[in-house]
Amino acid sequence: MCQVDEEYNGLLESPVASSATKKCNKCKETTAALVLKPGESLCRGCFKEHFVHKFRAMLGKNRIIFPGEKVLLAVSGGSSSCAMLNQVQEGLGQNAHKKLRFKPGIVYIDEGCLLGQSTEKRQKTMAQINSLFKMTGFPHHIIPLEMVLNLPPSVLEPVHLATDDPAGSYKEAVDHFMQSSPVHSVDPRVDRSELSALTDATNPQLIAEAQTQTLQELFSRVKTLTAKEDLLHTLRRHLLVSTARTEGYSKLMLGENCTRLAVKLLANIALGRGAQLAVDTAFCDPRYGDIVAVKPMRDYTAKEISLYNYMWNVPYVFIPSLETKTADKSSIQRLTESFVVKLQVDFPSTVSTIYRTGEKLQTASVTEDIERAPLKCLFCMCTLDTALGETSAFQATLISEQLSNVGTTPMQASLRPDTQTKCGAPCDQQDGEEHCQAQAVCCSHKGGDSMNLESLLCYSCQQTVKDMTSVEFLPQYIMSEAQRRNRRSQIRHEISEFLLTEDGDSPSIKADS
Amino acid sequence: MAVILRAELLFDGVKEHHVTLPSQSEPWNMKQLLVWIGQNLLKERPELFVQGDDVRPGILVLINDADWELMGQLDYELQDKDNVVFISTLHGG
Repeated sequence: MCQVDEEYNGLLESPVASSATKKCNKCKETTAALVLKPGESLCRGCFKEHFVHKFRAMLGKNRIIFPGEKVLLAVSGGSSSCAMLNQVQEGLGQNAHKKLRFKPGIVYIDEGCLLGQSTEKRQKTMAQINSLFKMTGFPHHIIPLEMVLNLPPSVLEPVHLATDDPAGSYKEAVDHFMQSSPVHSVDPRVDRSELSALTDATNPQLIAEAQTQTLQELFSRVKTLTAKEDLLHTLRRHLLVSTARTEGYSKLMLGENCTRLAVKLLANIALGRGAQLAVDTAFCDPRYGDIVAVKPMRDYTAKEISLYNYMWNVPYVFIPSLETKTADKSSIQRLTESFVVKLQVDFPSTVSTIYRTGEKLQTASVTEDIERAPLKCLFCMCTLDTALGETSAFQATLISEQLSNVGTTPMQASLRPDTQTKCGAPCDQQDGEEHCQAQAVCCSHKGGDSMNLESLLCYSCQQTVKDMTSVEFLPQYIMSEAQRRNRRSQIRHEISEFLLTEDGDSPSIKADS
Repeated sequence: MAVILRAELLFDGVKEHHVTLPSQSEPWNMKQLLVWIGQNLLKERPELFVQGDDVRPGILVLINDADWELMGQLDYELQDKDNVVFISTLHGG
């Protein structure tokens, strides 16, 4: 203890003395230019090496991205995702040591409608992004958030692929790639045929005014900034996965850095997403089935990325978001961010400690029998955490909510058993949809549908919907998928006593197939 | 004494400022510079940049392209033609 005090005092009293002459910890020759963490200072050259090496190591260590695979980079224009784009560019370059070997595409989602930005402002931003993307030469897609209203309901279902042994097939794939094309280089710049029509989304006609208004109406029905952020995140993810699917990409690269993930980890616990922590913050996110989301930047702190971008002039565009210039306490996410970042100032190992703890969380394996797969949340597509026993904490919250609430809201109307939407007659295949919709309308309590949304959502998504004054503006694909799932579980419930299971016991509710 | 200041958002949209600090008996240090910036350059929401007599957590400061942690942070004494850059690490991702 005494030793630690002495060290600290020394550092505090004579910082100037150690400054100008401090040498890089790695090469010990050049003067240090930045402090990575306490006790580790690097010069510019070593920092660049360290940065590039980390990216390659992250991809190489995880062996998820196969050679020749199409990977979609989700770039928000911010410093992290632009650094990721820059690293991918460098990695694919001809003279790179241990070249990367996949085919990248870029996607940018314009969320200007939520900030009430004028069309001109959005055009301008999209043009800036467009020129940034053009310089990379990769196929790129610039999509307005309004496109989320056009998504098919199938985006909410994970697509199950035949699972091979991943480790074995990676090695085989690499060998095969090396043998088949020793001199052929994967140069995505040449393949113009992959550019889709969406590239020209700077065309104003593509953003219908009505769609913009629908989205704005939806978000104006959300009371808190916390819920808005959560809903936006959900919609954004759906749009990204859908784009990846339609354009034929099999991997999605997200640019979240270590600092942001540490904040996300803590904020998610506060949001009630404790059960999904592993999936939300791990390197690999397999919840969508065919599209695997990866986070190659998760080892970089925000400081490293900002410094790298500054020192090597990596272009990025500042895009305001819902949380820009908001007060510290305006949302759970903002509060957590300010907490972690402030703590980091005095205790520089805060972010890395949280991150290391998060690394220990593991995702459950995806190789499950489809029939026995547990039910997934409608919004976030993670396993439902609400099918718990009588004595669980979740049950307790439900009971206290029922007891303490006097009025009805669209969500609570469905909590009480007598308001279940039960169709009088069993639903046929042909006119089932119309019939149920008619029933839903006449059973409705508060204008909107009293469809049992809550049973389809995980705990934190339920909280988000509870923060909405009305669910009527939710995109069509969500509503129709909710109806479909409700109908199926209804039918299953009705015929449950006639179902035979493999072991002949009373049947349990199985997942949708 | 002349210094060059660079930041993205908060200086009225102007990215780079060449400022001449009024001369005083003791040399200018970073702490005083921050106070001076808060009073003279920040037109809106000063708390997004300066908190107390330190920068807001999440803002990196580079002096002549080197991390200010290596130079003594707030106690660093400014010299003529120093280049000070403020980078926000918080937005974007």
